[in-house]
Amino acid sequence: MFFDSDLLMSALRALTPILLAALGGALCERAGVFNIGLEGMMLMGCFTSVATSWFTGSAWLGVLAAALAAAAYSLILAVGAVTLRGDAVVLGIAMNLLAVGLTSFLLRTVFGVQGTFDDPSLAGLPLIGGFTPLAYLAFVAVAVAAVMLSRSVWGLRLRGVGEAPDAAATLGVSPAKYKYAAVLISGVLCGLAGAQLALGNVTLFSENMTAGRGWIAVVAVMLGRAAPVGVLLAALLFGLAEAAGFRLQGVGLPQQATDAAPYVVTLVALFLSTARRRRRTANSPSGATT
Amino acid sequence: MTPQPVDPAVELRGITKRFPGTLANDSVDLTVQRGEIHALMGENGAGKSTLMSILYGMERADAGSIRIDGREVTFGDPSAAMAAGLGMVHQSFKLFDSLTVAENVVYAAEPRRFGLVDRAAARRRVRELAEEHGLAVDPDARVGELPVGLRQRVEILKLLHRGARTLILDEPTAVLTPAEADALFAVLKSLAAQGRTVILVTHKLREVLEGSDNVTVLRDGRVVARLVTAETSADEIAAAMTGRAVELDRVHAPGTPGDVVLDVRDLTTDAVHDVGITVHAGEIVGIAGVAGNGQSELIEALAGLRPVASGQVSLKGRDITHASATERRAQGLAYVPEDRHAVGTAPAASVAENLAMGHHRTSLSSKGLLPPASVRAHAGRLIERFGIKAANPEVPASALSGGNLQKLLIGRELAHEAPLLLVEQPTRGVDIGAIQNIHDQIVAYRDAGHAVLLVSAELSEIRGLADRVLVMYEGRVTATYTKDEADERALGLAMAGGAVAPTEAVD
Repeated sequence: MFFDSDLLMSALRALTPILLAALGGALCERAGVFNIGLEGMMLMGCFTSVATSWFTGSAWLGVLAAALAAAAYSLILAVGAVTLRGDAVVLGIAMNLLAVGLTSFLLRTVFGVQGTFDDPSLAGLPLIGGFTPLAYLAFVAVAVAAVMLSRSVWGLRLRGVGEAPDAAATLGVSPAKYKYAAVLISGVLCGLAGAQLALGNVTLFSENMTAGRGWIAVVAVMLGRAAPVGVLLAALLFGLAEAAGFRLQGVGLPQQATDAAPYVVTLVALFLSTARRRRRTANSPSGATT
Repeated sequence: MTPQPVDPAVELRGITKRFPGTLANDSVDLTVQRGEIHALMGENGAGKSTLMSILYGMERADAGSIRIDGREVTFGDPSAAMAAGLGMVHQSFKLFDSLTVAENVVYAAEPRRFGLVDRAAARRRVRELAEEHGLAVDPDARVGELPVGLRQRVEILKLLHRGARTLILDEPTAVLTPAEADALFAVLKSLAAQGRTVILVTHKLREVLEGSDNVTVLRDGRVVARLVTAETSADEIAAAMTGRAVELDRVHAPGTPGDVVLDVRDLTTDAVHDVGITVHAGEIVGIAGVAGNGQSELIEALAGLRPVASGQVSLKGRDITHASATERRAQGLAYVPEDRHAVGTAPAASVAENLAMGHHRTSLSSKGLLPPASVRAHAGRLIERFGIKAANPEVPASALSGGNLQKLLIGRELAHEAPLLLVEQPTRGVDIGAIQNIHDQIVAYRDAGHAVLLVSAELSEIRGLADRVLVMYEGRVTATYTKDEADERALGLAMAGGAVAPTEAVD
């Protein structure tokens, strides 16, 4: 049996960090900030959670510290893109590069090791029914984000800000405030994603351990049209791909090929969704007058 | 008028605003009584927008005072102005396309239930307001999918939802069809009858005469006339706006048609059906029609920008049905597109570069290079000949006013001396003074023996310029009139789809 409950379990474990980060990305997208710094924010979360857990002995303090550190890190994007009106793409890429360098440097200076830090006494997150509490939280967050976005006053204003900041401003709604909020929340969620990755899926920190999951989250945001449930479905797809990759390794395929599974799925998914969207635009009646 | 001790809805006193290099408002007084429709007129740059920005809290005056209902106020931002009962419909709408009508209307003033937006109440509110004011629109429709006229209704509903007692509308009819404009004025009149106040910022004379009670005219930042609409005339307002006598709605003498230049037979594209047109040398053929009835598509097909499904187009006897835009230009076609910002010019390029475009292939090219001296000389000639006002030829085209940009575009195209000129909406959004100049240029071009195909939404323009008038309705030519037959009533009827049978064109 290839598809069984084990595969689903491992898919759900794999999807949790992607889902948390992608939810943050979706909020930013809705607020009109293109956030491709998810990867870097997540990596900051990974390192902070492991370091804090190691020095305090508490995985939960590690989670808290990861959320705070990634939120603080996200201020680079908020200040840079919103206040200083810089290019969010350039800032996001810089954040991702900086996070790799910074965490590798700290790994060496704080733990005196290179590559990977792990220790049997490093406290990881507890498991409830096979999942960490953060995995459950991720699903709750989907529901909360869905309701907040579509039904709450805050969500309506956020969507308006993302679509037409000028229009929002003429009605007395400050676009900057909502954009800051979205970016900071994405920071918190990416911090949690990092903690899940480093203290949940495994219990260690290794250089660049996010390995593109933040980028996959960016794709999940696009694929899910920045809607929480859509993002959940996209993350599920990637989770399944990752889990299937592990499984295929067991069947004897080379690891290099199976590790590539989520990224191949990303490419195919992106390709199909753009093709579909383009076809839809081509079919829609052209707006002759503007 | 009976002198009553009622405080005016809006009273501006001595408003002065200085920008670097210009005095945008020079001690402007404006009094608007409650319940009136007050037109604020002036050419582009006369200071209308600045004055309204100051009233609405978007700009701060250097001097002067604002009273609303007799109380002196200072607005730090538009929210404060809104709280005082003002509301503004901007020329470019401030709407959220992906949100519904109801969401747009209640945005930032939402009815709430358990901390969430009460969507049922929002819908109900929109329906109530819509019914009360004759602004019917589906509360659940996505704003992005609505036609422009309905989007404007959403803007007005937004203000009414916020309890605006004074509505400021900035060039509200610039984007509307005549029928939509009529509907808008009916709404504005009923709002005024209920005691609301409307300030109409515009430079269109016709709608001011039909729809307003009083007129204040600005020129160069100063009030130059305060008129009671019922006691004034278009000529008087135009003279006040321009500072000189302007001959409005002038009908130019007919041309003397020669050989056929453009011959279009049974042309069909996605939005045009079986259209046949001939345009002769020394003739202006006008195409009238409400926007969106295939005129733009027809012109695009003729310019080589839109594929032709069937039919035949020939230019001076040569078949150009499937020729590229470049080939057509080489055959003798010049084109003034409707959208001068996005299609007609390159806003970031300099005035000189914009004037060189198209000519780079012909007169300006030397061994595959563009000698800067030729480009400069060419620009200098056209600037002089067409009276384009630019600080210098090196400023970007985006720095020009709408009228000057249009002069640039028309000048550049006329300079091709092409046998056929396609020209769309040549004076949309252009000042009265510049309109006259542009019309004279087009007539002179015809009189030099060229053929002109003119598309315009302004009936007075069509009647003033065209030697023959075709009316397009739903992608077809439904009527043809000679210059004498083309009166406003007949054209209006045909534009609304009411033409009995298409009369035969006299070739």
